[in-house]
Amino acid sequence: MQQRLIWPAEGHAALPYRIYSDTDIYQRELERIFEGPGWAYVALEAELPEPGDFRVTKIGERSVVITRDQDGTLRGFLNRCAHRGVKLCRQQRGNSRFFVCPYHQWSYDAQGRLRGVPFINGVKQQGGMPEDFSREQHALPSLRIHVRNGVVFASFAADPPPFEDYLGEANLHYFDRVFDGRALTVLGYSRQLIPGNWKLMFENIKDPYHASLLHVFLVTFGLFRADQKSAVRMDGTGRHALLISQRGEARHSEATQDIANLREDFTLADPRLLDPVKEFPDTATVVMQTIWPNLIVQQQSNTLALRQIQPRGPEAFELHWTFFGYADDDAAMTTRRLRQANLMSSAGLVSGDDSEVIKLAQDGIRENVDTTGVLLMGGRGTGDEDHMVTEAAIRAFYKHYREVMEL
Amino acid sequence: MIQPVDATLQHELERLYSRYAQVLDDGPLDAWPDLFTDECLYRVMPRDNHDQGLPLAIIRCESRGMLADRVRAVRETIMHEPRYLRHQISNVLATLDPATGVIESTANYLVVEVLFDELPRMLSVGRYIDRVVRAADGMLRFQEKLCVYDSVLVPNTIVYPI
Repeated sequence: MQQRLIWPAEGHAALPYRIYSDTDIYQRELERIFEGPGWAYVALEAELPEPGDFRVTKIGERSVVITRDQDGTLRGFLNRCAHRGVKLCRQQRGNSRFFVCPYHQWSYDAQGRLRGVPFINGVKQQGGMPEDFSREQHALPSLRIHVRNGVVFASFAADPPPFEDYLGEANLHYFDRVFDGRALTVLGYSRQLIPGNWKLMFENIKDPYHASLLHVFLVTFGLFRADQKSAVRMDGTGRHALLISQRGEARHSEATQDIANLREDFTLADPRLLDPVKEFPDTATVVMQTIWPNLIVQQQSNTLALRQIQPRGPEAFELHWTFFGYADDDAAMTTRRLRQANLMSSAGLVSGDDSEVIKLAQDGIRENVDTTGVLLMGGRGTGDEDHMVTEAAIRAFYKHYREVMEL
Repeated sequence: MIQPVDATLQHELERLYSRYAQVLDDGPLDAWPDLFTDECLYRVMPRDNHDQGLPLAIIRCESRGMLADRVRAVRETIMHEPRYLRHQISNVLATLDPATGVIESTANYLVVEVLFDELPRMLSVGRYIDRVVRAADGMLRFQEKLCVYDSVLVPNTIVYPI
């Protein structure tokens, strides 16, 4: 930083715009948040069913390989050869017992152990590695792996906290609500490159206030409204959050009178697009969970999706969506999930609003970097709320962010 | 026996694609659903899903009504910056099954997007995998249109149909 950032005196209720564009702050985020002591989402177990299956993903900006070894254990390691740093895996997914570097053909097994080094003893008594060269010392740096009900998390930390403690009671409860142990089926993927800082995505999902105003489509069809029975729940640190809400009616009320472009006369020509059915034991119809540092778990009606955040510099991030259902879904439920995906994807009738508004936010922030944003809806608190007219979850996020970042 | 379409049908088919590009790029957007049969299937999906046989599409419309709903949402509910699209459609290759009248057609597409204050950028590149039939009024219409885009990543968001 050219000049150390001084957080505004208003505390968590104010956001200095520099945190969205400063490259030094961004580097510190990669080190402390994405490669810090937490658990980052990396895959679904359903994507790696067989020994030798592997997938490549990123935590922060670092490419990692997640693989199932011959014993069936999930492993994670950095996707770069210990020799000269060449990216080992060029495919996004596949099945292989060994990972061979294309450059000098160093080969590693599914546990990241260096198994083969061509010409290790030289050729015709010439060359070769020195006497003290040890393959053990050149294993791929490995990640800790934790699997909960089919969802795979990884950590760069040598001694990360137990996953259950990391998530906290309330967040664990709602995590297990969607991931209840049933086998999952991946329905497909969608990825987008959003020209905004990665934190804007988390802020967006932690902010139910915007959803009842920006998302005219949701409000028009009663899927999300400010007068619905709702709650905002955090963990003890404030880093994770839950927005829980219950579908209301599609009708005009106090909660919709401030929406400039509400379309009360919009009825669907083909109502099959929105044919939600209750599928969870509680009364919530929407639960949006944000899990530090890189995951959003989405249950909006019958669309179930994971959104993984991969930052690309301070002013852009990739959002990787994995849509899923349960292995015991019938054909009608699968079709329903596929139809409702129209609302939430990289071409979403609803999520499109968010991608667009995040870009506009970054555009405005970039031009006014020494300005401060306001986070006062619902007061200044960072605790749980039983309504959605609040920015408490964003304040809670920044409370934790400032501790981690020492800002 | 399934056979390549003759020159007359090829020409008519290419006019359908030209009209398709025209209504999406220059309007009227309301005419877009009219290029499909009442019962139809329109999907946009990444090649990643298509090649793995995964069913998820980022846009999925199962009738002309759903297409019309998409048009209305684009116009009235989705918050988005103003933009222009320009579709380039080429390499139309098709076969006809004379027994059923069904035309199976593929074409390459490239969609350039222009935002008001930015240079043009490629929004999507891929291919159409289509099924075209002659409707009761004698016009060719899409019964099925699958847009498979080659990039995994979408630049920000897709608002208008591909």
